[in-house]
Amino acid sequence: MLALKLAYRNLMGARLRTWLNVIVLSLAFVVIIWFKGVINGWDQQARRDTIDWQIGGGQYWQENYDPYDPFSIEDSHAPMTETILKSVEQGELAPILISQATMYPEGRIQSISLRGISPDQKVIELPTSYLVNDENGIPAIIGERTARNNKLAVGDYVTIRWRDVNGIFDADEVKIVHIFKTNVPVMDLSIVWIPLEKHQEMAGMPGEATILITSKETGFKEDFPGWNFKDHYFLLSEIREMIEMKSVGGSVYFVVLMSLAMLAIFDTQVLSIFRRQKEIGTHIALGMTQRQVVTLFTVEGAMHSVLAAILATIYGAPLLWLQAVVGWSMPAGTDDFGLTIAETIYPAYSLALVLGSTMIVLITTTIVSYIPARRIAKMNPTDAIRGKIQ
Amino acid sequence: MKNGQLITIQNLIKDYPVGRGFFRALNDINLTIGEGEFAGLIGPSGSGKTTLLNIIGSLDVPTKGEAKVLGQSIGNLNTRQSAKLRNHSLGFIFQTYNLLPVYNVFENVELPLLLLKMSKDERRKLVDQALDWVGLQDKRKSRPPQLSGGECQRVSIARAMVKSPQIVLADEPTANLDAKNSHNILQTMEKLNEELKTTFIFATHDDKVIQYLHRKISLDDGHVVNDEQIKKQ
Repeated sequence: MLALKLAYRNLMGARLRTWLNVIVLSLAFVVIIWFKGVINGWDQQARRDTIDWQIGGGQYWQENYDPYDPFSIEDSHAPMTETILKSVEQGELAPILISQATMYPEGRIQSISLRGISPDQKVIELPTSYLVNDENGIPAIIGERTARNNKLAVGDYVTIRWRDVNGIFDADEVKIVHIFKTNVPVMDLSIVWIPLEKHQEMAGMPGEATILITSKETGFKEDFPGWNFKDHYFLLSEIREMIEMKSVGGSVYFVVLMSLAMLAIFDTQVLSIFRRQKEIGTHIALGMTQRQVVTLFTVEGAMHSVLAAILATIYGAPLLWLQAVVGWSMPAGTDDFGLTIAETIYPAYSLALVLGSTMIVLITTTIVSYIPARRIAKMNPTDAIRGKIQ
Repeated sequence: MKNGQLITIQNLIKDYPVGRGFFRALNDINLTIGEGEFAGLIGPSGSGKTTLLNIIGSLDVPTKGEAKVLGQSIGNLNTRQSAKLRNHSLGFIFQTYNLLPVYNVFENVELPLLLLKMSKDERRKLVDQALDWVGLQDKRKSRPPQLSGGECQRVSIARAMVKSPQIVLADEPTANLDAKNSHNILQTMEKLNEELKTTFIFATHDDKVIQYLHRKISLDDGHVVNDEQIKKQ
């Protein structure tokens, strides 16, 4: 308690020197929490968007389906059983038939993934209700990225060519009936969505699908022979790995900022112990043990982080709150990276994040303060009083 | 502790290592100092007076022999015990004042009482009393850099006296002061010695201090060469 009182007095007395250190440290606090908050916010938004738009409560994959192996697509389809069709009718499953195709926008050749999905599905947020039959051609919806890359607009016709189940090429025109906007690029980039039945007819695969998306409420339903269930843990692994990678990148910022702040504290401590030898000697002459003086200097160093936490709360809390509300707009083109990322990221701060960061800074500061303070224990008090130690 | 004898030094030797050998700073010192004395260790630089003062103040330990202060053998005290002795019974006045620059006058004087874990009211009362003794009530909010040398040394006296120690050790207290301030300081200390019966021990070679001493213990080359009681009018 005495060490706390004296340390506080010493710090307040040192005025500008104290506040310079505290400002640097508080900046580290705010930036660390902000960065972690952005990563958390991104993670939460990416998971939510991916679930809403792409994976629902999990997916059943036809046993041959491998999204990373284009050669497997041809064989990745199977008829839906009565049980599956019943679940589809009840709105618990949304079947998707996937095949490879080629699109010819403005005479160019563009490989695409042609996907058939029921216009009535409510399992994912893809606006499939636009896929109503049109006498003027096959209705198709595409994402903004595909539209931009291929210079397509609503009402445009574009030729697509595909191979049916027997390997025979066929071609037709699809009409772009809607262009949707999504934060999940894998539902957009080079994908053309058409009605499921039409796709089944075109491919000669009536009643067949490649994947079955379950609704968020249903999730895993039962084992369907020939179909493998993929849960959230599996389907979100890419996002998880990406966030982990970003967190590692964030750790570099963390280390750099902490190093700067700790260097300032360490430097102050070393300088203090050199400059304040007489004070150390005086404390000992007045009746403190050397261990108590070591504690005093350690507490003094560590108290920088307490003051920094208070200062960071004063100016950082409103700033972080404001950004959590307003969000952080991603630069144009970020969505072309293929990452699930919203146009605006809303940082998410948790109590654990704030307390964890505070504890890390406090413990690190204490250690950094203690290391030079140990030297006091080896000082000769009579030399210290006269300021004779070099 | 014999009746009235606060300090007893017997056959005290203090050596400091120098290279492969050693330097003998104090050689066979025998001394007793009683309650209420106003004594000085006098002698030229290097005579050993500060070394002896440091041993009495339990800031250093004898190499051989014994130094008993308030019945406690300095050589046998551990760091905690010697800190307790300094905390409760000894006051220090230094040549360079050694005030804490970031504390104001009140806080500097209050510091020893904080170490004694006294209550706030008690501390305030004692600090006020000590500032009255040295006539610095009007400077209580000032910081050391705002004070003159004489005022700093008076703060140092107040800090040494605030806990009413039995012994005050003053190492060259006037070395950095002009004649007028030196006399003021010495008169203050003499007055406190008379009123409170606190034992003052000086280490000095300043004639201005020497003329105030009631007992002069002369040291030369680590030996006590003369021990003279002065009868004051």
